[in-house]
Amino acid sequence: MEHLELFFKSIFVDNMVFAYFLGMCSYLAVSKKVSTAVGLGAAVIFVLTITVPLNWLLDQYLLQEGALSWLGEEYASYDLSFLSFIMFIATIATMVQLVEIVVEKFSPSLYNSLGIFLPLIAVNCAILGGSLFMQSREIETLGLALNYGFSSGIGWFLAILAIAAIREKIRYSAVPPALRGLGITFIITGLMAIGFMSFGGMLTGGDEPAAKPEETSALIEKEKEEKQVESKAEVSLVDNLNKN
Amino acid sequence: MGLLSKKDSKLILDPLADNNPITIQVLGICSALAITAQLKPSIVMAISVLFVMGVGNVVISLMRNIIPSKIRIIVQLIVVATLVIIVDQVLKAFSYALSKELSVFIGLIITNCIIMGRFEAFALGNGVWRSFLDGIGNALGYGVILIIVGFFRELLGSGTLFGLKVLGDPVEKTGLYAIGYENNGFMVLPPMALIVVGLIIWVQRSRNKALIED
Repeated sequence: MEHLELFFKSIFVDNMVFAYFLGMCSYLAVSKKVSTAVGLGAAVIFVLTITVPLNWLLDQYLLQEGALSWLGEEYASYDLSFLSFIMFIATIATMVQLVEIVVEKFSPSLYNSLGIFLPLIAVNCAILGGSLFMQSREIETLGLALNYGFSSGIGWFLAILAIAAIREKIRYSAVPPALRGLGITFIITGLMAIGFMSFGGMLTGGDEPAAKPEETSALIEKEKEEKQVESKAEVSLVDNLNKN
Repeated sequence: MGLLSKKDSKLILDPLADNNPITIQVLGICSALAITAQLKPSIVMAISVLFVMGVGNVVISLMRNIIPSKIRIIVQLIVVATLVIIVDQVLKAFSYALSKELSVFIGLIITNCIIMGRFEAFALGNGVWRSFLDGIGNALGYGVILIIVGFFRELLGSGTLFGLKVLGDPVEKTGLYAIGYENNGFMVLPPMALIVVGLIIWVQRSRNKALIED
């Protein structure tokens, strides 16, 4: 159940592109054709599935406060979490390189389809973002981390697939000249993001008698911290509605 | 600009408008949009990027002759990551609430494509002083867009600027609210950042026809 919830939450509610704008650069640059978009999307799923659990292990056994206690008592007080940026990005860069080499050796056909996108991915914000969110949300087990990496990858894949399909069609529409290309893509993405916000009620909406009260309140607190901005907006929306 | 030659000042002024990193080069959107719901985090973000880019470009430019080209991406990433750690620690020390609000987005400066893009395109092939100016120029171009977006989203969304109620008090119905003005709560939601940037692009390209894409 926990896994299923995280799975759908990361794909739809916390979609990398529409909720957090991660990986926007490659999202905008490589979404002109569906076929290339599929290639990049697959590569992102692949790399996220590998790097998030790996960085989870690093975080648990090296970086967190007290993570070094497996080395001995005297190390238990160390807190290396300030190093996490550099560790995560180093892991990602090396993994990308490694994956490229392995794939080239064992599956030349996959390499040909993913090949040119793999190096791009090292600097894709979605990959580092996945690891950083994994850390800031304190995901508990390795299995959940794996799940999180995989499902946020799928979310990103869906987003780029959708925008690529729209951009292929929009070529036949009469867009104002100054908006053509980049401008209209931004606006469409914004509209799609508004559409995806409706998934927000998927997990929190309705009545949830089964959820333990203290657990949900802790969750809500955390969500609030993360989405302070969003909740503010909702409050003001509700206020406006009430006034009317 | 007596200090700078004409060519040098072009390095700073170009990215502000006609070669803007966000609206023209389409770089660095990732870490930018989610934090522009208010003006203050936008400015903090702009300053952080200014610091990282200015210093990063200088460091890469100093090392440009000794970095083996095969591992240059990793070297660049390490340089940026180190600078971003400094920014992050400074923010945590002096403004903890703000650093919580920016959450992972400070960390995401590392993968901000403008930074890597300018390292690759400029700092690896140019001298220290010019690289520094190029870094500052691009970071300013990025910051300007961030601040414009932050300004409109905070003003129209919450009716405030830097948290000050410039349009009057929505609860006590003073100022503009007295004549029936309402905040547009929609502006605070993340998707509106994209749409505002889209509109900025529209305005910019309508004014300068040379930028229009086919």
